[in-house]
Amino acid sequence: MYKIVKAEKLADLIYLMDVEAPRVARHCQPGQFVIVKIDEKGERIPLTICDYDREAGTVTIVLQTVGASTERMASLKEGDYFRDFVGPLGVASEFVHEDLEELKKKKILFVGGGVGAAPVYPQVKWLKEQGVDVDVDVIIGSKTKDMLILQDEMKAVAGNYYPCTDDGSYGHSGMVTTKIEALVNEGKKYDVCVAIGPMIMMKFVCLLTKKLEIPTIVSMNPIMVDGTGMCGACRLHVGDEVKFACVDGPEFDGHLVDFDESMQRQALYKTQEGRAMLKLKEGDTHHGGCGNCGGDE
Amino acid sequence: MADILKSTPVREQDPAERARNFEEVCYGYNQEEAMDEATRCLNCKNARCIQGCPVSINIPGFVMKVKDGDIKGAYDVISESSALPAVCGRVCPQESQCEAKCVRGIKGDAVSIGKLERFVADYALKNNINPKTPENKNGHKVAVIGSGPAGLTCAGDLAKMGYEVTVFEALHELGGVLVYGIPEFRLPKQKVVQKEIDKVKSLGVKFETNVVIGKSTTIDQLMEEEGFEAVFIGSGAGLPMFMGIPGETANGVFSANEYLTRSNLMKAFDDSYDTPISAGKKVAVVGGGNVAMDAARTALRLGAEVHVVYRRSEEELPARVEEVHHAKEEGIIFDLLTNPTEILVDDKGWVKGMSCIRMELGEPDASGRRRPVEIPGSEFEIELDTVIMSLGTSPNPLIASTTTGLETNRRKCIVADEENGATSKALVYAGGDAVTGAATVILAMGAGRAGAKGIDEALSGK
Ligand SMILES: Cc1cc2nc3c(=O)[nH]c(=O)nc-3n(C[C@H](O)[C@H](O)[C@H](O)COP(=O)(O)OP(=O)(O)OC[C@H]3O[C@@H](n4cnc5c(N)ncnc54)[C@H](O)[C@@H]3O)c2cc1C
Ligand SMILES: Cc1cc2nc3c(=O)[nH]c(=O)nc-3n(C[C@H](O)[C@H](O)[C@H](O)COP(=O)(O)OP(=O)(O)OC[C@H]3O[C@@H](n4cnc5c(N)ncnc54)[C@H](O)[C@@H]3O)c2cc1C
Ligand code: SF4
Ligand code: SF4
Ligand code: FES
Ligand SMILES: [Mg+2]
Repeated sequence: MYKIVKAEKLADLIYLMDVEAPRVARHCQPGQFVIVKIDEKGERIPLTICDYDREAGTVTIVLQTVGASTERMASLKEGDYFRDFVGPLGVASEFVHEDLEELKKKKILFVGGGVGAAPVYPQVKWLKEQGVDVDVDVIIGSKTKDMLILQDEMKAVAGNYYPCTDDGSYGHSGMVTTKIEALVNEGKKYDVCVAIGPMIMMKFVCLLTKKLEIPTIVSMNPIMVDGTGMCGACRLHVGDEVKFACVDGPEFDGHLVDFDESMQRQALYKTQEGRAMLKLKEGDTHHGGCGNCGGDE
Repeated sequence: MADILKSTPVREQDPAERARNFEEVCYGYNQEEAMDEATRCLNCKNARCIQGCPVSINIPGFVMKVKDGDIKGAYDVISESSALPAVCGRVCPQESQCEAKCVRGIKGDAVSIGKLERFVADYALKNNINPKTPENKNGHKVAVIGSGPAGLTCAGDLAKMGYEVTVFEALHELGGVLVYGIPEFRLPKQKVVQKEIDKVKSLGVKFETNVVIGKSTTIDQLMEEEGFEAVFIGSGAGLPMFMGIPGETANGVFSANEYLTRSNLMKAFDDSYDTPISAGKKVAVVGGGNVAMDAARTALRLGAEVHVVYRRSEEELPARVEEVHHAKEEGIIFDLLTNPTEILVDDKGWVKGMSCIRMELGEPDASGRRRPVEIPGSEFEIELDTVIMSLGTSPNPLIASTTTGLETNRRKCIVADEENGATSKALVYAGGDAVTGAATVILAMGAGRAGAKGIDEALSGK
């Protein structure tokens, strides 16, 4: 059992939790993820590691409620437990293994969309800790001001922080891609871009950065089961090769990923997921906390 | 007494009935039937059946006890050689092992050794006959990686010798393939697998789930930081292979591992569990081994029409004969001498069919089986919504790639001594599918036992 030592609502539909998981906390690196299972009958849900405290033995996750399992997860409180919490899974971000002096010469652009800000954070923080901060620009986009998360945290570690909102309620008005274009038009040059967010956002960032000739890394989030390479559910095309995101990734060269195929695969269980949600909403298992009905307030 | 040349029939669930549920297919013998069958054994002096058993169970020894109605005595005999008799009695390929060698089989049916073993083991489970707990701990700490048959056996044996053992398992449940691969209708999880695991627990073995060695920690760290003096690797052969044909990443194409894991481990067939499964209406399972049969019969139980597509003929099907027989009875359709060439995909990315080509058998290949060759111009298409690839598995490189000095071979299998499990790295032992590639429960169990012996010899200075 893995204790939730902190549970916080960050924004509409977005929740942060610190979970006691000493083995994960001791070994994790930016770019990796965990798989969480609420109880005996729960699904195995992959979530990116958003922060960690090696001394305290805790790992931070940030989740957005999109369906039955994440809804159920969001209703958990401080002091509750996850039955299972396994990781760190996947490989660490490439730069973790790069020569530090080389890395310091690089100009890096991070782009986070929605809850994708969460997985961007540990990467930028890691760079800051290594003294690679001046040339790290971070663009975080969301639908509206209230949905921008981890702003203070991000400002504290980023070289430059550029919030964007689709509706123009805060920061740059428009999609993250328009901000990338604006920065490049101002004369900014980047050696590498790291984009994490909904697949559709990563797809459009990659279309743009390909044109701008900025190598781009994306973090893929296909449907997973075991997360150890055993089931093949997470397979995707990267160029001509078939890769398993859970062990070969989740980060890949965005210019080689087949996003259309991956988006199609994400929809594999749509009907059943819809049914599970209905069951959760209408059944007596619903204890609030979904952020829609206000049952938890 | 009935015809002595025929084995005592075993009661089974009606095929039409069982094709729609996940209850166990075979009911096994009751004591009367078991004692009847035991009388067929000739108690041979030079018992050839023992040579057919990879762990050399004293077969006439236990069968004679059954004949006398001393079931506990029979269990003690089996326990000398096997730690998982309730499992092996159900899933061993007996027809090519112990029963293949039985002299009764020369003229008539072999003695039903597997069914007798199962009866004895189930009796022990029902009556809580447990292995003796160790009297003295010897103070040595050993780590076991993986809780499949290899790991469980190694851990149990070491605990009996007084070792302090911790088993590390990557998944959230214990049992390896016994829980995530082999379905409930062949190997009940609560009634059999869980009880076998409980027995190992009762010996004082500690279990830590959700630990992926190579990620959550490494073998080197277990030895240097956590005080484990020796490590046994029983991590299995869990990586699925695909064919590499067009369309394989379409929606509706699954590895047998995924399909079976969703159904067995994650209980997708039970509505009260959250895991979704895309059961399919018309399903092709590609392959002909035990795994293919299990996937096919699971899909059938989830409501599909199921075809097993296999490139050789019936004779070469690697699955246990009993499984093929059961699958046919239940209505699985066998498309033999057929090989897929492409998966056909609709405009939404879903499987709509499969192109196949007919095969014929040519000269024998390296495996001694006749090599299937394509018949030119025999291409045809079948309509489907689901394809399950069951083409074999290979060991996970996670451990080998994160452990210094651990040698692997060309097939990514860990190199280990058959006699004592020793690897190229001092005090690290290995056995089971991680060493042999996908094999059988009984071989994995035997390797776990050999590893325990090797570790004991090293740590006790024997
Ligand atoms: C490597 C990785 C990292 C992730 N990191 C985060 C994160 O930090 N924060 C966050 O909020 N979400 C993250 N996700 C996505 C998260 O796993 C899904 O939102 C969650 O599984 C949805 O489950 P559900 O039952 O609530 O929704 P459902 O209604 O069941 O599904 C909604 C959608 O979520 C996706 N999904 C469903 N089941 C799975 C599954 N088993 N594995 C992956 N995706 C699935 C599918 O696209 C599906 O259409 C990550 C996914 C991956 C693979
Ligand atoms: C569907 C199916 C049907 C089968 N049917 C039969 C049959 O009828 N008869 C028969 O004799 N055999 C059968 N087999 C084969 C048999 O199950 C295997 O040969 C046997 O289970 C191998 O045992 P093992 O202990 O070596 O590995 P496994 O049973 O594979 O167990 C390995 C365990 O190690 C864990 N693990 C892996 N990597 C790590 C890591 N890095 N850290 C921690 N834990 C890890 C895995 O999660 C797993 O639990 C079947 C196999 C399958 C898949
Ligand atoms: S363990 Fe398997 S091979 Fe050995 S006697 Fe039992 S059923 Fe036969
Ligand atoms: S070979 Fe057959 S008849 Fe002879 S001892 Fe073995 S089981 Fe009995
Ligand atoms: S999630 Fe099973 S192989 Fe990646
Ligand atoms: Mg779900």
